[in-house]
Amino acid sequence: MIDRRSLCAAGAILTLVLLSQQARADEAAVKIDNFTFIPETITVKPGTVVKWTNEDDIPHSIVGTDGKIHSKAIDTNEDFSFTFSEPGTYNYFCGLHPHMKGKIIVAP
Amino acid sequence: MTQDTHDRRTVLECMVWAGTGLLWTIAGGVPQSSLLGIGEANAQAATGFNFLQISDSHIGFKQAANPNPLGTLQEAVGKVGTLTTRPAFMIHTGDISHLSRPAEFDDAEKIISSAKLDVHYVPGEHDIVDEGRGADYMNRFGKKLQAQGTGWYSFDHAGVHFVGLVNVADLKAGGMGSLGAAQLAWLADDLKSKSSSTPLVIFAHIPLWTVNADWGWGTDDATQALDLVKRFGSVTVLNGHIHQIMQKVEGAVTFHTARSTAFPQPAPGTAPSPGPLKVPDDKLRSVLGITSIAVRQGTQPLAVIDGTLA
Ligand SMILES: [Cu+2]
Repeated sequence: MIDRRSLCAAGAILTLVLLSQQARADEAAVKIDNFTFIPETITVKPGTVVKWTNEDDIPHSIVGTDGKIHSKAIDTNEDFSFTFSEPGTYNYFCGLHPHMKGKIIVAP
Repeated sequence: MTQDTHDRRTVLECMVWAGTGLLWTIAGGVPQSSLLGIGEANAQAATGFNFLQISDSHIGFKQAANPNPLGTLQEAVGKVGTLTTRPAFMIHTGDISHLSRPAEFDDAEKIISSAKLDVHYVPGEHDIVDEGRGADYMNRFGKKLQAQGTGWYSFDHAGVHFVGLVNVADLKAGGMGSLGAAQLAWLADDLKSKSSSTPLVIFAHIPLWTVNADWGWGTDDATQALDLVKRFGSVTVLNGHIHQIMQKVEGAVTFHTARSTAFPQPAPGTAPSPGPLKVPDDKLRSVLGITSIAVRQGTQPLAVIDGTLA
């Protein structure tokens, strides 16, 4: 039988774990260089903020194939961030140069 | 070649050169100095007319390849007034702006309008990245041109049928340029009433032939558009986007891409990506330019002459 005190302790530990996960797991970076998303595929935890930074001398954009993501044009040295809350596979491409493709896999 | 000795035969030779890629020789050998950088097609004014193509002005671009694209656009437009044969009008094959910002469009229009020519625009992918995804382009340029859809339209001039197409909108993942079903249906309808002897000039931003698939330099459904023009005796396809001259002749169809007025891009396969190419400052104007096109009566290829800003 679980007593009140240990239940309380377990709750506290769980809260701590969740907090620390939130503090650490939430950012991932994708670089855009030479008309390529680097890395082309990344796997992240739900709730992660993915930040794309454009290192090319020409603007690019992030467009999800499902239509949910549609960034503005990201000019040289600018960035764009999107929070991936739901698990799933998100294919995307550049709206200006659609041969540029990338993928974000969101898995718990 | 002077106007006096310019008989019909030499005109045809010039046109044949222009139509078979030896244009390079003409462009290199034409007295560009005396014409301030724009090689003029040897015009038979009585039977034809000239028009100009300007492309990829990228107003708003600030990087090393050309920190002042407004200045080079000004130089390009400034040459128009020096031509001995006044062009009938100008076409701009897109990427007027760099980021579709109102100030960029304003600046570009202010300079381009100083040529005092009618300008027929089509958008590049850089002209439709506003919040409305091309709404601003349509308000500024499309409406005036009575364009449909994302900006396509046609018009006639002195017996030549001109078609401005848009292959930069609603692009698909992994693809190249795209015209889309609605525009192709419109094109089929637009050409229906035209006789096969009508010379056609088709212009769009991205090349309507595959210059380099790895770099997306082509249009996925261009074949469907080209099928619609197969019955025509003279078809000239003018594009921009790749910031360099490329030419190809396929039957009655001559494909030609123009230089940018802003910055050059590498030749396919010579760089890791198609991004802006930085050349030494004193070489920049030799890789920027505008194009003059001379139209003759009949179904011969048009004479396409490229000139630099140098
Ligand atoms: Cu891009």
